[in-house]
Amino acid sequence: MNDFLKTDAREVDPVLDHSVDVETTVLGADEIIINMGPQHPSTHGVLRVKLKLDGEKVVGSECIIGYLHRGVEKIAEHRTYQQFAPYVDRMDYVAAVSNGLGYCEAVEKLMGVEAPPRARVIRTILTELQRIASHLVWLGTHALDIGALTPVFYCFREREEILKIFEKYCGARLTTHAFRIGGLQYEAYDELEADTERFCKDFETKVDEYETLLTENRIWIGRTKGIGIISAEDAIAIGATGPVIRASGVEWDIRKAAPYAAYDQYKFDIPTGKNGDTYDRYLVRMEEMRQSSRICLQAIQNIPTGPIMARIGKVLKPPPGEVYHAIEAPKGELGYYIISDGTTQPYRVRIRPPSFVNLQAFDTMVKGHLVADVVAIIGTLDIVLGEVDR
Amino acid sequence: MRGAASLNPGNMPNEPEDKQPPANAAADKSADKPAADAAKPAAPPAATPAAAAPPKPPAAAGAAPPTPPAAKPAAPVAGAPAAAGPPKPTAPPKEAPPKPEPLDNDLVKRYKQRFGEGIREAWIDRKQSILVVDAAQYEEIARFTRDQEKFNLLADLTAVDWPRREKRFDVVLNLYSFAKNERLRIKVHVGEKEQISSVAGIWSTANWLEREVWDMFGIVFSGHPNLTRILLPDEWQGFPLRKDYDILTQDTAWIRENLGIESGQ
Repeated sequence: MNDFLKTDAREVDPVLDHSVDVETTVLGADEIIINMGPQHPSTHGVLRVKLKLDGEKVVGSECIIGYLHRGVEKIAEHRTYQQFAPYVDRMDYVAAVSNGLGYCEAVEKLMGVEAPPRARVIRTILTELQRIASHLVWLGTHALDIGALTPVFYCFREREEILKIFEKYCGARLTTHAFRIGGLQYEAYDELEADTERFCKDFETKVDEYETLLTENRIWIGRTKGIGIISAEDAIAIGATGPVIRASGVEWDIRKAAPYAAYDQYKFDIPTGKNGDTYDRYLVRMEEMRQSSRICLQAIQNIPTGPIMARIGKVLKPPPGEVYHAIEAPKGELGYYIISDGTTQPYRVRIRPPSFVNLQAFDTMVKGHLVADVVAIIGTLDIVLGEVDR
Repeated sequence: MRGAASLNPGNMPNEPEDKQPPANAAADKSADKPAADAAKPAAPPAATPAAAAPPKPPAAAGAAPPTPPAAKPAAPVAGAPAAAGPPKPTAPPKEAPPKPEPLDNDLVKRYKQRFGEGIREAWIDRKQSILVVDAAQYEEIARFTRDQEKFNLLADLTAVDWPRREKRFDVVLNLYSFAKNERLRIKVHVGEKEQISSVAGIWSTANWLEREVWDMFGIVFSGHPNLTRILLPDEWQGFPLRKDYDILTQDTAWIRENLGIESGQ
């Protein structure tokens, strides 16, 4: 693995200058401060960004968040373990299944139980489909922000198929609450394998279709290559995870590093980038969609039979203690740090949201670029404000 | 059940009632029976008014008992939160079970060799390593952790409130090492009036994470570049994730001033 270092970043993009601070610098003659959001279509929710501009060049920025804060962690302390499960779906609402998987597994770890093999495989299939769905929303909106109108229609067409599978499985499309602590509530419906197979086989040609629209497109390359560069060093220091860090050349995926669900049974690659720019993050996510589809195709080959729920009581009282469990959500490391005091309600639930931490990289990425690139950089971080603010 | 019942009351209007089914049911039944018994023999001739009349007393009797139980548990939580919340959070019974498995591997030996008494405790919980370190040496230990032990990703920094303990807060760092593919948790005890050094200079991700801890718990990180609220409005009073901050508490003054309404509900 070749780390993409700061020096390399400077070679690619000499304007990178990390020394400007929006708060302390005195405004120059051509400098102004403008406000972007919170009501702005390209901020993907309610993100407000204060930009300090020199002409059209961004010299400093500050993200102002919290508009969607609902106090999820506080609510968790006042709900039983099962009651809290639907709340986590509302954080990253374009990847609700992944959130649910992380939470259920964290509580299972806390209790010292494990979901049965059949449940783990079904969980893996649904979570990977969710990863594809989440990346499709990212691709569609990101391309739309940059000015490519077509991909969003294609992406939402395919996403619809995935949502149909979720709907057939558990009746919900977005905030699914698909999993339960200890396993699954619903047995897989009869055509789950057939539906997944049809979708995944079809999907591989669809990804190629998206790529023909964008990958070689001169405008797309012009708008993404060399934009929002972050070196591996910076990305690690800032705590970035997921596609953001992989595009900077760090080959790290929690599905491989600390396998959960049934990921240890399947073959898949971890795509990495070289330059840590918006274009590389685009390529990484495109490849991740292919890999997810590959995992699904392997998983449906052999879904074990057996129970779908571990033998746990209806009243969950995990033994006192604590656990930190992280999964590779579509946006990065999604961690749950749960402390039990032996009662039916958690003493503390801390949710480590990937979007919140990744958003911190925004300032590093945006400096030296043009206002129009701000939109591309927000898009490439793939943030969901429901998760940033919790 | 004890913990659930004592913690819940403030939550939602219907919950305390759910929690009290035996009391209510008994009250209803006892109210029902005499009322029905009294009604039947007393007013047989006037069929329609009598039929309409009996339901009323039980309804009134039924409505009366639920309110006191609903109000009673709510009062202590709002009035004396430290007394209502903590029965379950008491430190000793909680920390006792995880500790039987003390952690004594090479990692801890290296830390102990370097910092001696700076490493207060070390144990394993659910196969995860936990170190409790001294606040005075915290910054030094953090630097050592990153540079020597190669835990270069600060996955998460958060805090936990134990209001009954002498030093009420735990600041918790969840670390990951790419080189070793290992995770480590470091905890520091911080008192309410104490400050703790910021690690934003060591892992820059701590910048926002520490701001969030300040926002939610009111722990001051000395040396932090910009310690302001991050999720809540800047002028908000109170620290919501503290245990003595009831779930229905709001900064009513702020809400009135900024939203122009009496309640944020």
